[in-house]
Amino acid sequence: MTDTTLRSPIVVAAKPPTARARGYWRNVSRRLRRDYATLFFAFLIAAIALSAVLAPLVAPFDPNATSMIHRLKPIGYKGFILGTDELGRDMLSRLIYGGRISLVMGLVPVGLATIVGGFLGLLAGFTGGIINTLIMRIMDVFYAFPSVLLAVAISGTMGGGIAISLIALTLVFIPPLCRVAEAATTQIRSRDFVEAARASGASSLSIIFHHVLRNVLAPLLIYASSLISVSILLAAGLSFLGLGVEPPTSDWGLMLSTLRQSIYVQPVVCALPGAAIFVCSLSFNLVSDGLRQAMDIRA
Amino acid sequence: MWYYAVRRIILAVPIAIGVTIICFALVYLAPGDPVQNLLPPDASQSDVTYLKHAYGLDQPVPIQYLKWLLRALSGDFGVSIQTNRPVLGEVLHALANTLFVSIGAALVAFPLAVALGTLAAYYIGRVPDRVATGVAVIGISVPNYWFAIVLIIIFAVELRVLPATGMGSAGSAGFDPLQWSQLKYAVLPVLATALVPLGIVMRSTRAAVADTLSQEFILTLRAKGLRGWGIVRHAFRNALPQVLTVMGLQFGYLVGGSILIETIFTWPGTGFLLNKAILTRDVPMLQGAMLVLALWFVIINLVVDLLQTAIDPRIERG
Repeated sequence: MTDTTLRSPIVVAAKPPTARARGYWRNVSRRLRRDYATLFFAFLIAAIALSAVLAPLVAPFDPNATSMIHRLKPIGYKGFILGTDELGRDMLSRLIYGGRISLVMGLVPVGLATIVGGFLGLLAGFTGGIINTLIMRIMDVFYAFPSVLLAVAISGTMGGGIAISLIALTLVFIPPLCRVAEAATTQIRSRDFVEAARASGASSLSIIFHHVLRNVLAPLLIYASSLISVSILLAAGLSFLGLGVEPPTSDWGLMLSTLRQSIYVQPVVCALPGAAIFVCSLSFNLVSDGLRQAMDIRA
Repeated sequence: MWYYAVRRIILAVPIAIGVTIICFALVYLAPGDPVQNLLPPDASQSDVTYLKHAYGLDQPVPIQYLKWLLRALSGDFGVSIQTNRPVLGEVLHALANTLFVSIGAALVAFPLAVALGTLAAYYIGRVPDRVATGVAVIGISVPNYWFAIVLIIIFAVELRVLPATGMGSAGSAGFDPLQWSQLKYAVLPVLATALVPLGIVMRSTRAAVADTLSQEFILTLRAKGLRGWGIVRHAFRNALPQVLTVMGLQFGYLVGGSILIETIFTWPGTGFLLNKAILTRDVPMLQGAMLVLALWFVIINLVVDLLQTAIDPRIERG
């Protein structure tokens, strides 16, 4: 579904912000303030995140309270604002709680992969030579698997579950992030200001921290932000296949999967969890696009 | 050209080897003893000992890998725990079904995506561009498994014009795409599969064509009085190699990433097979399906690269 984000053309390094340090961020924030679509979807993400964090306070019902007489009720039925599922549990409450898992599954693997992939890419790009070849060729091998296939195979063989899904998704995202970091590092490394720093006696570590990292970080983080929606989609897909969370837990992918049996009874209610995944993934995508544009980073 | 082609093919070899290593390692990733994973749960102790020896599992891991690789190269992918039939035959049979849907989806998505993407690039920043870009963002953000369910709800539950799941009464062996009574089972899977590549290819086409349109030779063409379709034709030709690459890769994913859609539609392709293998803990089947799909993807990548160089000689020099 999402592979091209993983394989979109390598991000070219941002224009060096050092040259116009204050003006740059002022420009970015000015552009963002005027970009109402991005602001709207950022607000939407904040609302989803807030309701997920405050789920026990916001949810109208206990997400796991079943009721045999209130099974598969339509939207708006007697206080169940979004209806009920096949066990009579309140859909709205379950969707609110489900946001917790989806946000965690969207953010954690991408965060971990950014750290690991970023480090490996920086190492490969800065040292070059045999270390570069070694790291990048290993990444190529993982690249040879479509992302869905790799995630499913890893969590499928290891037996599924939320922790294993996290590991599987992290592994899926390391190679693309490593490539972006490597490409940016290689480019920065040959710049004159790095040469100048080296000539004036700066150590490799201090060059990495002061000159390379801050130039690599912007494209890396922007790229990582575009992977959040991919991660949400993949994680929900794993849950959908029964490789994610354990059944009583509210999770959008799992809800979609179990409600699939009831599409002949309550089609609209059954489609809701998927709509939640869609809104969440769309919001992250558009905010990432908006940030990229505001920060003037070419993809 | 030939030098490049040979070099590119040689470069694909280590990747293919790496892929086989990962597929081999899957057996060890699975919890429990690898022998137990290769055998049905009720296997006797003598079976275990026999298999351990037969598969060389009493030998060091690198030797095991080489033996496994040699067997795989000769077409012996082992035997499915569930069906007791050779894995390779089942995987290839399923691959044909997956290819049918993937090709269908490509035929639906690619021409439409290219047309809309080019249109968007020509009218960049105006209404057609906004509509096309909106469709593209939806295409890449939508969970295709949910889109599949929505399609089922609309066309099978509400309108009752198309079947929800399965592959028709004849099953996959006698599937005849020329008969509507059977072809109709493929319609929803094809549409569900087509949405994502539609969005992605459209996005890339728009970017590539817009990029070409901003180049100087277009200005020259405009100065010479060319307009409309004439300009688009020139721009598109130059953007084509880039667009073809994305299409090729997308086609690779359609086949490799079919697991969710096929599970929903119970379409007996590789993804469905893979899901069944995971549910029944059929490790040889899982390994075989993974290997075939990943190698397929390596080959697609290779073909795309070679094709691209054949179309656009500039790439070779770069």
